[in-house]
Amino acid sequence: MEPASTTSTRAPVIEPLTGVETAAERARHRGLPDPADVVMECLGLNVFYGSFHAVHDVNLSFGRNEITALIGPSGCGKSTVLRCLNRMNDLIPSARVEGEVTYDGIDIYGRAVDPIEVRRRIGMVFQKPNPFPKSIYDNIAYGPKIIGMDGDMDHIVERALRVTALWDEVKDRLDDNAYGLSGGQQQRLCIARCIAVSPDVILMDEPCSALDPVSTSRIEDLMVELKERYSIVIVTHNMQQAARVSDRTAFFTASPDETTGNRTGMLVEYDKTARIFTNPVDKRTEDYISGRFG
Amino acid sequence: MGSPDVVSSGRLAGEPARRLSAASPRHGEKVIRGLLILCAALSIATTTGIMISLVGPSIGFFREVSAIDFLFGTEWSPVIQPPSFGVLPLVVGTLSVTLWGLIFAVPIGLAAAIYLSEYAHPRVRSILKPTLEVLAGIPTVALGFFAFSFVTPLLQDLWPGFLGDGPNIFNALSAGLVIGLMIVPIIASISEDAMSAVPAGLREGAAALGASRMRVALRVVFPAALSGIVASIVLGISRAIGETMIVLMAAGATPNMTFNPVESILAMTAFIGVTATGDIATGTIEYDTIFAVGLLLFVMTLVMNLISIRLVRKYREVYE
Ligand SMILES: Nc1ncnc2c1ncn2[C@@H]1O[C@H](COP(=O)(O)OP(=O)(O)OP(=O)(O)O)[C@@H](O)[C@H]1O
Ligand SMILES: [Mg+2]
Repeated sequence: MEPASTTSTRAPVIEPLTGVETAAERARHRGLPDPADVVMECLGLNVFYGSFHAVHDVNLSFGRNEITALIGPSGCGKSTVLRCLNRMNDLIPSARVEGEVTYDGIDIYGRAVDPIEVRRRIGMVFQKPNPFPKSIYDNIAYGPKIIGMDGDMDHIVERALRVTALWDEVKDRLDDNAYGLSGGQQQRLCIARCIAVSPDVILMDEPCSALDPVSTSRIEDLMVELKERYSIVIVTHNMQQAARVSDRTAFFTASPDETTGNRTGMLVEYDKTARIFTNPVDKRTEDYISGRFG
Repeated sequence: MGSPDVVSSGRLAGEPARRLSAASPRHGEKVIRGLLILCAALSIATTTGIMISLVGPSIGFFREVSAIDFLFGTEWSPVIQPPSFGVLPLVVGTLSVTLWGLIFAVPIGLAAAIYLSEYAHPRVRSILKPTLEVLAGIPTVALGFFAFSFVTPLLQDLWPGFLGDGPNIFNALSAGLVIGLMIVPIIASISEDAMSAVPAGLREGAAALGASRMRVALRVVFPAALSGIVASIVLGISRAIGETMIVLMAAGATPNMTFNPVESILAMTAFIGVTATGDIATGTIEYDTIFAVGLLLFVMTLVMNLISIRLVRKYREVYE
């Protein structure tokens, strides 16, 4: 552990370069993923909804085969940042994104980049389970079909359902409507639907907030298994969940602008999860994780 | 602890006991309920009234003419001696105009709905949709005039020779197209409502899998909105079948059992319109004919509605 004096003077996110360490060493020192292992990165990300500045200057890198948790009070822009990672914000007419979001070093907001291609590699699971009003089978088969994946569809469906531990529960009623499943099963179906198209990164926006503790813990176990093959970014309000499953945690907050009073979200601190929860640098992080946040 | 008084056991110390009042008047609520029932009953009463007023004279008609001759006869000449009351030419005339109208209106109406609901910027939509709805309110006599004096000459000018003879001065196509124009806003507006009501979560779910906008619209939103979309088309068909002024002015008055769009036809409504405004004595068979045709029109619309309700039940995708 570092001496207290250096931790407290360390800048919350980016510290000045000293020039002597290698980039990897510097990253490790600040609790960031090794540059060689970065799968996605936000560089100077600003998001606006109309004239409302929702997220200010976020610099954040996500490690490959890691689970990165985004935490912070309601309205601080966690979902907004997450939705920038696969260009879901394109669907909101008023949303405008500035800065860069890179995936494998390529800016996904670049001119020549097709958002459809982006979303095929970077999947998303939503807060509210949103299965299609179709059969369980068709829910999984829908994605592979539209992207023209070849291979045995039955096999693809079975594999996705097995990975999410749903197979034994639903194998006898694949033709039933997905709305007949419980909330927890629906959410696992949505995760299965997402992995059926073999994405590289999975974004999850409060995937367990509508679920009971048993379903929640199943999904948490699932996330830990999935990170062997995928990189995962999860937004959660459940601090224990972030502590249990994630490798790194980014803490966001929203501070009112002095002139306009707008609550613009920003990244406060990003570090290894263990350090965020045991030894945060920033006072605001400490207050939030210890429940002292107003 | 353990207060025997169950009703008051939850109250705080010092709070007076609150007892249920035995009399719960709420008379206002009952009055409102009564009024609402009355309004609902009014529409049923109207429908029943129409039925009765159609059925009465129709019975007189069917005493003179057998239902078989009426429904399956292919010759319509009620005023020539001896008269012939085969209604099929009128039914075919109506269906022909409706068909051409739908061929025009369904694709355009649905495309407009998809554009408005899935592509248009909210600001664009907030201008376009009311404009479209104003279109639905154009008096049909103006549309009939438009069909007769603009669309028909245009069709005659543009008619490609390889399709055979050009349109008559009165023809089913011109009336059909303008009726189509009339029902485009109905289909577009109601379908757009149905599509906009599909939860955003479904769209996002599909988009997050890498579905393009068009795919999201056609494969997710469209099936989920199917019941509303079918309803819009059914309403459009009902309007087309029941439309009188346009067919009267543009499609002519020649009973003609053909789906050929360039020929003049006589639609059921046009017959009723012309005959009812001509001078015929009540109680004559000619007078009763109007009601028989009207009754058939009513039954056709009803049957179509029933079929479409069935279809929707079967094929729609219910979302929660
Ligand atoms: N579609 C939108 N249009 C306008 N403003 C929006 C939109 N979505 C989010 N916002 C605003 O942007 C800010 C950040 O919202 P965001 O949903 O990203 O917060 P969050 O951190 O995910 O909150 P929560 O924890 O409650 O989900 C909020 O002030 C919110 O009101
Ligand atoms: Mg959120």
